Amino acid sequence: MLKFTSAISPLMTLICRRIAFGALTLLILSMLVFFATEILPGDAARVVLGRAANETALQALREQLHLDEPVAARYWHWLVNICTGDFGTSLVNGRPIAELVASRLMNSAVLLVLTTGLTIPLAVGLGVFAALRRGRRSDSFLSVAALVVASLPEFVIGIGLIIVFATVVVQWLPPVSMVPPGTSVFARPLVLVLPTLTLGLVSFPYIFRMIRATMIDVLESDYMEMATLKGLPRWRMTFVHALPNAVAPAIQVVALMLAYLAGGTVMIEYVFGYAGLGQGLMNAIQSRDMPVIQVIVLLLAAFYVLVNLAADIVTILVTPKLRTGTW
Amino acid sequence: MQLIDPCDETRTVSVKNLRVETTDNLKQLVEDVSLELLPGEILGVVGESGSGKTTLGLALLGHCRRGLRIGAGTIRVGGELLSDKGPSELQRLRGRLVCYVPQDPATALNPALRIRTQLAECLDKNGSGRNISLEDLLEDVMLPSGAGFLHAFPHQLSGGQLQRVAIAMAFAARPRLIVMDEPTTGLDVSTQSHVLKTVRRLCESHRVAAVYVSHDIAVVASIANRTAVVYAGRIVEMGPTASVLFDPSHPYTRALIRAVPDIDSTATVSGLAGQAPDGGADLKRCSFVPRCALAVPACRATVPPAVPVRPGHEVRCLRAADREHIHERSRLLPEETGSRSNTLLDVRQLTASHGNAKILHDITFKIRAGECVGVVGTSGSGKTTLARSLAGLHEDARGQVIYRDSELVSGTRNRDADARRSIQYIFQSPYGSLNPRRSIGASVATALSQLTTVPAAERRARVLKAFDQVALPASAIDRFPHELSGGQRQRAAIARALIVDPDFLICDEITSALDVSVQARIMELLGELQREHGLTMLFVSHNLAVVRSIAQRVLVMQHGRIVESGLTEAVLTNPSAAVTRQLLQDAPRFSCARSAEYLEEHDVV
Ligand SMILES: Nc1ncnc2c1ncn2[C@@H]1O[C@H](COP(=O)(O)OP(=O)(O)O)[C@@H](O)[C@H]1O
Ligand code: SF4
Ligand SMILES: [Mg+2]
Repeated sequence: MLKFTSAISPLMTLICRRIAFGALTLLILSMLVFFATEILPGDAARVVLGRAANETALQALREQLHLDEPVAARYWHWLVNICTGDFGTSLVNGRPIAELVASRLMNSAVLLVLTTGLTIPLAVGLGVFAALRRGRRSDSFLSVAALVVASLPEFVIGIGLIIVFATVVVQWLPPVSMVPPGTSVFARPLVLVLPTLTLGLVSFPYIFRMIRATMIDVLESDYMEMATLKGLPRWRMTFVHALPNAVAPAIQVVALMLAYLAGGTVMIEYVFGYAGLGQGLMNAIQSRDMPVIQVIVLLLAAFYVLVNLAADIVTILVTPKLRTGTW
Repeated sequence: MQLIDPCDETRTVSVKNLRVETTDNLKQLVEDVSLELLPGEILGVVGESGSGKTTLGLALLGHCRRGLRIGAGTIRVGGELLSDKGPSELQRLRGRLVCYVPQDPATALNPALRIRTQLAECLDKNGSGRNISLEDLLEDVMLPSGAGFLHAFPHQLSGGQLQRVAIAMAFAARPRLIVMDEPTTGLDVSTQSHVLKTVRRLCESHRVAAVYVSHDIAVVASIANRTAVVYAGRIVEMGPTASVLFDPSHPYTRALIRAVPDIDSTATVSGLAGQAPDGGADLKRCSFVPRCALAVPACRATVPPAVPVRPGHEVRCLRAADREHIHERSRLLPEETGSRSNTLLDVRQLTASHGNAKILHDITFKIRAGECVGVVGTSGSGKTTLARSLAGLHEDARGQVIYRDSELVSGTRNRDADARRSIQYIFQSPYGSLNPRRSIGASVATALSQLTTVPAAERRARVLKAFDQVALPASAIDRFPHELSGGQRQRAAIARALIVDPDFLICDEITSALDVSVQARIMELLGELQREHGLTMLFVSHNLAVVRSIAQRVLVMQHGRIVESGLTEAVLTNPSAAVTRQLLQDAPRFSCARSAEYLEEHDVV
């Protein structure tokens, strides 16, 4: 047994442990999601159907939700079903949830990928730039701008953009981003502009400031002073000495912001009427569609866990101190 | 200090009237410094922390930390006038003409880059002219030159190895001048001795001049040809090392020397009175006035000029020529308690392990009430484990520990409040005993409320009294650990231990991270507590000189065993174990001040 463990490199052990931890987190999250939505005071069927529901409908729903079974058993069935790809059916229209969620998932993913693809390089680049020029005018300008944007709530940014670009000032872009069910958002790419811009503006200041702070920490470190004293050229100091040390913290920042965006889309999609997961969640909550709420919340939670897991593993891989044992 | 021809090519370094000030021009951190160095010469720069040594050292590379600038003066190294160069030209000259060895290589080497990369870029700077390989560089500093070592990252090497890598980096370009900022502070004595020898050899063989910054005069004595003593940004005394050490003319130099325990003498150390200046020279009077016992009204009227007291030995003190005030280093041996007093602690067959590894084997010894027992040994010999086991902090310990007729159980939680009060433990790192989120005062008061019955109303007064004992300013009471300097934090930790009136104090390397002057104060305090209040101590240190100045008996440890024990004097003058002899040999000492021949020539002493 001892031999076996020592045969695996410490790196693999570390990564496996991290993956196991992620899986455990997911399991606990699934419980939280299930019990938070399931254990409602009183009769769940009545909560779903409302006060005026008649007894037969209630009875039918109780059966469909297996409300007669003990809670633990229901959770178990639900979990097994989800793990085997059976997400259940919507209470509202009886359609398979997988089908409902798939296109919304796709739409949200498009929004997320677009936003991160544009924002991260820009915010990271400007963050590094501002750090390198800390205290000068360009840095102050960027920092103040970031602060101002960061102080605005996301719906204010969204509505502000609508006012400027889609209604009152100019009407270049569609104010709402609705697409007919079943059609791809790419059929009308213009609808993507405002939501992407809003999400980008919401996340930009956050990444920018974190990267700037991280980079300043690096630049003020003893080893950077040492690099100066070694007389290294500026480019070498920046690219060989400073940046590699900023990568690991930057990955954590990006992961946090991705996780945050997953939540942020809920509000933005609602504002723009964009048919993504967030909007789906809002609709489900309004119509008290428990199974759909559960699936979407679980998906968001899983995304969160996976992003953090990936970030931690990449961090381990790029940090020599974590990656290597003692020589 | 004397007029130097700035174009004199025989001198590697010539600095004239250098001033480094804050950019707001409020403080002069280095003021009116002039010095010169010949090829191959080593100049030691000593002073308390905050005196401006690092600022001066960095200025020699034309570098100032954020918020500082070179305000006046010229710096010439190897024919180049550094003080006139622009940033890009300076950057070109650094690492080629002047190199730097940092205080703490663990933070100064880049954690993300391999040793190979960091060494190689020092060679690249050097151009194609020379043919030095990485292997040669590592061999120069006696490091393994295999691919494995070059492939390692800094965190995979020990402190001593890192420091040698840093030195190899500095010598790689064969510069004219190397500035070393406390390169051995924090290393154990044998590693330090290695590093010092390496530096000396390299400077000699490559004809490189060096400025060696340290707060420890004993270290400087063993390496520098000349020594400069810095106080509040000024060089107050400079001359051949032997001349400065054995015939110091400035009151500050004398105080500093008295603060350093000498391995070859039994004299106790005495701390410097008053607070070290918080940076910046006094432009109107002698900066040392507030702490000087010899001050006369004239000292408040002018800044004393540098005057020669002997050829090549200059002093900034109006009363330097006044010789009658010089008294001998006091030779006060801490009193031996002998067999008069009772055994306080009786350790029988103590063993301890970490997991499967046995750390301590069969430790048996006694401590009598009122005596101080020193524990010495190389790093890894089990000193800390022994200290922790006695303090009840090491759970995995077996054997009998009898304290005042009753057996001590292991695990502090299992001991009653009085035993916990009676035995106090001070850590090597004061962070261990101070809560980072509570003020120092609150942390110290907690000890009172948990272990004693002192009423709440009296606690503040007791805390202030304890602060006073350890020379902490009363204002520290509301500050948080991170707002204090390392020395102040350590003193707060000591205050926390002393406030409950312990009978037995376990000190684990408590002064290793401190400035000599702060160390001296703490040693003085502990000596006083021992003499006047009968405090019993176990004093762990790798520094034999420190142990000699406080402990009546000493235990020498190696590989988890006591290999030698006895009266300190007997053990140090007549060591029987090989480790003891090695430790003695590696200890830096005053007597090896290099320019011994100078003494004969000039008839000093
Ligand atoms: N960047 C800075 N700005 C202002 N004051 C500084 C700066 N760096 C150091 N000081 C002050 O200058 C004094 C000398 O510091 P330093 O040269 O590091 O002394 P040493 O190396 O002798 O300990 C200290 O009082 C310190 O507080
Ligand atoms: S000049 Fe005066 S105050 Fe200054 S060190 Fe000499 S005697 Fe003391
Ligand atoms: Mg310093």
